Amino acid sequence: MQKYSVFSLVKNALSNHENWDLAWKDPTPKKEYDVVIIGGGGHGLATAYYLAKEHNITNVAIIEKGWIGGGNVGRNTTIIRSNYMHDDNALFSEFGMDLWRRMSQDLNYNVMFSPRGIINLAHSDAQMNTYARRGNSMRLNGIDAVLLNREEVREIIPMADFSENVRFPIFGGLMQPSAGTARHDAVAWGYARQADDMGVDIIQNCEVIGFDVSAGKINGVRTSRGDIKAKKIGLCVAGSTNILAEKLNMTLPIETHLLQACVSEPVKPVLDKVVTFGAGHFYISQSDKGEMVMGGDLDGYNSYAQRGNLPTLQHVLTEGIAMMPFLSKLKMLRTWGGIMDMSMDGSPIIDKTHIEGLYLNCGWCYGGFKATPASGWTFAHTIAQDRVHELNAGYSLNRFNTGHLLDEKGLGTKTWIS
Amino acid sequence: MLHIKCPHCGMRSQNEFSYGGDATVKRPELGKEISDQDWDNFVYNRKSLRGKHWELWQHLSGCRQWIKVQRDTATHEIFKTLKANEEIS
Repeated sequence: MQKYSVFSLVKNALSNHENWDLAWKDPTPKKEYDVVIIGGGGHGLATAYYLAKEHNITNVAIIEKGWIGGGNVGRNTTIIRSNYMHDDNALFSEFGMDLWRRMSQDLNYNVMFSPRGIINLAHSDAQMNTYARRGNSMRLNGIDAVLLNREEVREIIPMADFSENVRFPIFGGLMQPSAGTARHDAVAWGYARQADDMGVDIIQNCEVIGFDVSAGKINGVRTSRGDIKAKKIGLCVAGSTNILAEKLNMTLPIETHLLQACVSEPVKPVLDKVVTFGAGHFYISQSDKGEMVMGGDLDGYNSYAQRGNLPTLQHVLTEGIAMMPFLSKLKMLRTWGGIMDMSMDGSPIIDKTHIEGLYLNCGWCYGGFKATPASGWTFAHTIAQDRVHELNAGYSLNRFNTGHLLDEKGLGTKTWIS
Repeated sequence: MLHIKCPHCGMRSQNEFSYGGDATVKRPELGKEISDQDWDNFVYNRKSLRGKHWELWQHLSGCRQWIKVQRDTATHEIFKTLKANEEIS
């Protein structure tokens, strides 16, 4: 593989950039692999990469119905953070933060990781108390957290509404300075390029039709491009989890819902943090191109539509304008939607299943993108060693049965309520 | 924007309704011995399929009645609506 560097850039410039290697191949599926990963999104690509890199398992195929990076890894708002209160979520996410910090070097691909900091705004004394508690929990787990008062928030984001007569005045906020954003497509492409180089077959336009299960063991998968045998299969299909689970006669604590995001027209640099509204569900950052990147609530009912509904968008942007009134002057450039695998306690599942050789990675709710490296790393470990790592031990499938829920937000089983 | 035909009030916009989830989930009968798995299925496990889906909605800003709606989760086409006490056929 050609290494990307300033020297290779100069060298290829001399030949009009016509001699770059393909970033990954387009192989025909083989009859059999050691491991098949279903889903060529961020998590699937990262899983294949860590299987090869950490566990020396390179006879691996990624099967993707569409094209790699065409699902949620290309549809999110690129926020990366580890501001969780519960130990399982905090330690998992902070492990991921370390992988994010090294990712561009590890993958020899500029993922434009920008640790610009995230501020969750508080709009009441009670919310300040909750944030103080969460911030303390984070610091106990070695995660940076700073509690800001109203004046400190005003210093950092003066464009927010600090007038006296607003419905949700800003009392302060909780900041994680090391949180940030990254270029989401580059994450998918970087993992794909390295995985391909280590021998992983990335098979696109290949839909899973069924599974070959006998005597409680997985033997392979039937696809639109032929049958593929494998003793180990990992499911990494986010919003399509329920569709594949039905083919396996499994019913999961997951509902599929639609989440929208949007960007405004590009404007001059105005916001150098990720900011979330504390009295509703709205988050915003500014991309390197200058667009304001925004998102918020689910559309509110089960959906596989991959495109959104205007009432929700209007509701979300009303919150945005309440928080930062200047947004009302901007034109909308694009809106889009992705289908989320909403779990019943708001936390993900990375686990083995009752079928031997079948592994499950799902339930990422609003937070799949930031988890990409840690999810891939722990899922690769779970598949390679046939046992969960301590980092994903809390993300077990049977926690719903045993009552060990990871209910970070205390929302309960109504996944569409935010 | 969805348009939902409330069996009590007629066709209304989605803004008047709130969602209540899968309408086929049945609470295990009171006083009967049930397994953990039955309870799990009632509380947590959902099919959430692509295609026709029976679900509960409440006409919150209208008659406030709960209703059942059969909707396609991929196209959002609504096929049928029923009163809450009417059985799904």
